[in-house]
Amino acid sequence: MINKQTVSMTINGHVYTGEVEPRLTLADFIRRRCGLTGTHLGCEHGVCGACTIMVDRRTARACLMLAVQADGCTLTTVEGLAEGERLTPLQEAFWNNHGLQCGFCTPGMLMCATELLQTDPDPTAEKVRTCLSGNLCRCTGYDSIVTSVLSAAERLRS
Amino acid sequence: MKPPAVGYARAGDVQEVVAMLVEHGTDAKVLAGGQSLVPMLSFRQIRPSFLVDINRVEALDFVRDEGESLLLGATTRQRDVETSPVAAAAVPLLPELLGHVGHVTNRNRGTVGGSLAHADPAAELPTLVTALGGELLVEGPRGPRTVAADDFFVAPHRTSMGFDEVLTAVRLPRLPAGTGVAIQQIARRHGDLAVVGVLAAVRLGPDGAINLVRLAASGVGPVPVRLHAVEAALTGVVPTTEVLDAAAEAVSAAVRPPDDIHAPASYRRDMACLLLKRAVGAALRRSEVSA
Repeated sequence: MINKQTVSMTINGHVYTGEVEPRLTLADFIRRRCGLTGTHLGCEHGVCGACTIMVDRRTARACLMLAVQADGCTLTTVEGLAEGERLTPLQEAFWNNHGLQCGFCTPGMLMCATELLQTDPDPTAEKVRTCLSGNLCRCTGYDSIVTSVLSAAERLRS
Repeated sequence: MKPPAVGYARAGDVQEVVAMLVEHGTDAKVLAGGQSLVPMLSFRQIRPSFLVDINRVEALDFVRDEGESLLLGATTRQRDVETSPVAAAAVPLLPELLGHVGHVTNRNRGTVGGSLAHADPAAELPTLVTALGGELLVEGPRGPRTVAADDFFVAPHRTSMGFDEVLTAVRLPRLPAGTGVAIQQIARRHGDLAVVGVLAAVRLGPDGAINLVRLAASGVGPVPVRLHAVEAALTGVVPTTEVLDAAAEAVSAAVRPPDDIHAPASYRRDMACLLLKRAVGAALRRSEVSA
């Protein structure tokens, strides 16, 4: 009755194929089957934002999607942001502005902030806070995260 | 925190959705954006035997201006409606209202139909369709039918749709030019479901009296509540502070809020009265006197 299904998706430019039970979340597929452990799992029910990735160029919570739903989709995880060793301006801004402490929430923060800066190159601090309000930082380092995003926006504009 | 074992198939069109629902019976569930359903699966709050994925039913992904109304397809992403100029022109409150629905990342996946069919009494889209007196378009093995908002929501997370029916679209009537619309709500955190919310649409006539008013409240009963009695009390009246105070009192009598872990009934009632004044006030500030 519950048949395994074959799924295939492009993640960070590479094609991944696997046999999955329908109940396997996309987050578990990415972490366990593909070995891409940069996508973090905090709450596993769509509250903490740590597992945020891009599905067809828009952010999605990987714990709120089943792997079978991503069949044929193009995904970007945090590993796909940098080009080799070259960090994106946003990642560099996090580094320079103490935008991460333990780093658990960072992948989700980076994905959401990347989406924000693609649509709004000059966001106010309030907009950045609203954008990141669905991402919980257990170190409570929010101020530095907001500073990092604003600094990256400034650099991207210049 | 892992979903239970479940069957799955992806439907390509509405006929296929209905056929799958008929085949799998009462234990099947429609999977749209998954922003409510997947956490419920992970918590094992529900254990459907089968999921009918409607995400790729492209015929249900649309924003359509019908002149007198706005028609939104069930699988249209909330974010697409929020950023649609066509939607904003017909129902100007939509971008602001959807801004209260989770976070951008949720709205990228969350669908219009999913939120309505999930039928949470505190959710924004059910409150909007209730306030505007909209219609829900439903399709099943006996063909399509149209359900008035008042007849659609039955109980928390329950609608009048049969197990073999699927929501295909929602029709939101366009309000006359000059109508001001506002939503006010109280939530613990940005993006959380509201504890209480009030939606108000108001238009003033040339004499300064209200000649159109639509009011609905969320989080104060098993379904979103259209505040008919309060609407009647405000119609034809010049809105003064005293009038608004009396309207707020009338809200208190019109709602039977639940007592739960989020808030006691008395708090919800008090806040519904307060939010009514704020929502009507904000709607009045946005309204323009009609000729």
